[in-house]
Amino acid sequence: MLGFFKEVAKNRVLFLMIAPALLFFALFSYIPMVGVYYAFTNYSFDGGLFGSPFVGFENFKFLFTSGQLVTLTRNTILYNLVFILLGNALQLLCAIFLAELPGKWFKKTTQSVMFLPFFISFVLVGAFVLNLFSSENGVIPTLMAQLGLPPYDFYMHTAPWKYIIVFFHVWKGLGYGTVIYLAAIMGFGDEYYEAAKIDGANIFQRVRLITIPLLVPTFILLILLSLGGILKGQFDLFYQIVGQNGNLFASTDIIDTYVYRSLAVNFDIGMGTAAGLFQSGFGLVLILVVNYIIRKTHEDYALF
Amino acid sequence: MKMERSTIAFNAIGYVFITLLSILCLLPFLVIITGSFSSENEIIAEGFKLIPNHFSLDAYRAMFTNPNQIYQAYKVTILVTVVGTAIGLFLTSMAGFVLSRKDFKYRNGLSFYIYFTTLFSGGLIPWYILIVNYLDMKDNYSALIVPGLLSAWNIILMKNFMKSIPDSLVESAKIDGAGDFRIFIRLILPLSTPGLATIGLFMALGYWNDWFNANLFITTESKFPLQFLLYKILASAAVLKTSIAGNLSPNFKPPTETLKMAAAVVVTGPIILLYPFLQRFFVKGLTIGAVKG
Repeated sequence: MLGFFKEVAKNRVLFLMIAPALLFFALFSYIPMVGVYYAFTNYSFDGGLFGSPFVGFENFKFLFTSGQLVTLTRNTILYNLVFILLGNALQLLCAIFLAELPGKWFKKTTQSVMFLPFFISFVLVGAFVLNLFSSENGVIPTLMAQLGLPPYDFYMHTAPWKYIIVFFHVWKGLGYGTVIYLAAIMGFGDEYYEAAKIDGANIFQRVRLITIPLLVPTFILLILLSLGGILKGQFDLFYQIVGQNGNLFASTDIIDTYVYRSLAVNFDIGMGTAAGLFQSGFGLVLILVVNYIIRKTHEDYALF
Repeated sequence: MKMERSTIAFNAIGYVFITLLSILCLLPFLVIITGSFSSENEIIAEGFKLIPNHFSLDAYRAMFTNPNQIYQAYKVTILVTVVGTAIGLFLTSMAGFVLSRKDFKYRNGLSFYIYFTTLFSGGLIPWYILIVNYLDMKDNYSALIVPGLLSAWNIILMKNFMKSIPDSLVESAKIDGAGDFRIFIRLILPLSTPGLATIGLFMALGYWNDWFNANLFITTESKFPLQFLLYKILASAAVLKTSIAGNLSPNFKPPTETLKMAAAVVVTGPIILLYPFLQRFFVKGLTIGAVKG
């Protein structure tokens, strides 16, 4: 303890410089952790944090037995799996092509175009979806009518929304991921490729036998890192695309949208906090597992 | 030199694949822009099209007859973005500097203290209740700025940027009698400009595109930032449309559907205009980070 005070006295300025950050995380991250206590109460606005009746694990029990939590967790995990696998595969392909194709202008332009969606807000994604799919005057229903197809109301069917959500997620992250993979490919150096050319390998063989094997560690690492966050849903994406459209929840509701509705629509504080705590706790276990695997296989890249 | 057949095939597949994806990336922007220049009657009668039959500026005219709402939202967003990014970047770089100092005894413990917040959190609801009930930030600009000031990722990124500055520089400055804060301001900050630019842009983009905090905390319309105003226009113009339809003659069609699209264009315009500049910095920063791993 004495040593600590000595250290503070010696490095006063450094401690003062980091103090705002420490305070910030104490306030906005550590204090709310106390609030997980709501998950064990039947929250009432009069009672507040410690005045509301304590109900133990009732909220969790209800979430499990009603099957809600299972559906939410399944949706969250399945969406994230598809996002991760499809997203990374497409980014990888784009990077491979962009690294090999001739034509500076073409590559620069298409790369800029593919990076554009990364910069726009999810509200604009909501505007796209409205414009494209709106039952009354969306581009796609209009197009279908012109082609003489039977009218199809997107907002009455759950089936297409899985694909719409996946499309916009992949769409938004394509440019970003491509840049990461492209940087990895550029780091490989020319020696292997020159040697392979001399040996008569054609471009398909060079990609298959040099680029892809060299990229596999990066690919696996990025996938593993994303798997740690597989329970974290992207609220912005789902909320801006689906919104409060109860018809579509069966296939589009994730933990994050459920927690949000518990707070803002149903005022079910105890239940929402319980779902959030389940997500955080389960998520922590997942990250620990993933980190353990990375430490065994790619020690330098372990998170901690 | 003649190109091999396999190379020609590879290039053909590559060009087609990349071109198709690029078109898909641009298409949603295109439909919004053409939608905003459509005539309302055509939309009502036939729906949105990729290329409208009639070109019309009605939506923009309608919007700029009473543009105060949009101007006000621009003001809020610019204020929040500038203040938030300036303060956030300053605090982030100070924290990153302290954690990058090898002679700072508690750097590992404090790094973990900050990093742990990305591993486990109390969740949305306790965070919300803290901000509204205990910090009393509801309907206050501070709710748009303060909760997003710092992120553990940005601090870690900053720490890594600053680690690459040789220790000997700091040591020799200390021998010359410079204090830690002076070293930070005079020596470390100027050497960290690429990191500051990248992380600053990340922060600014986060503030500019934020609608979630406004959705949770802001109730007064004059305090709406741009993205949240756009969200409200997209959602509530539908209500407007139904109420007008009952009251007015059927021939009168105020632009509502096209107005939504025009609002989307006006709100997103600056990002698109700044895009070439933004992209250059981002790609640079990203690849610096990527090479380091």
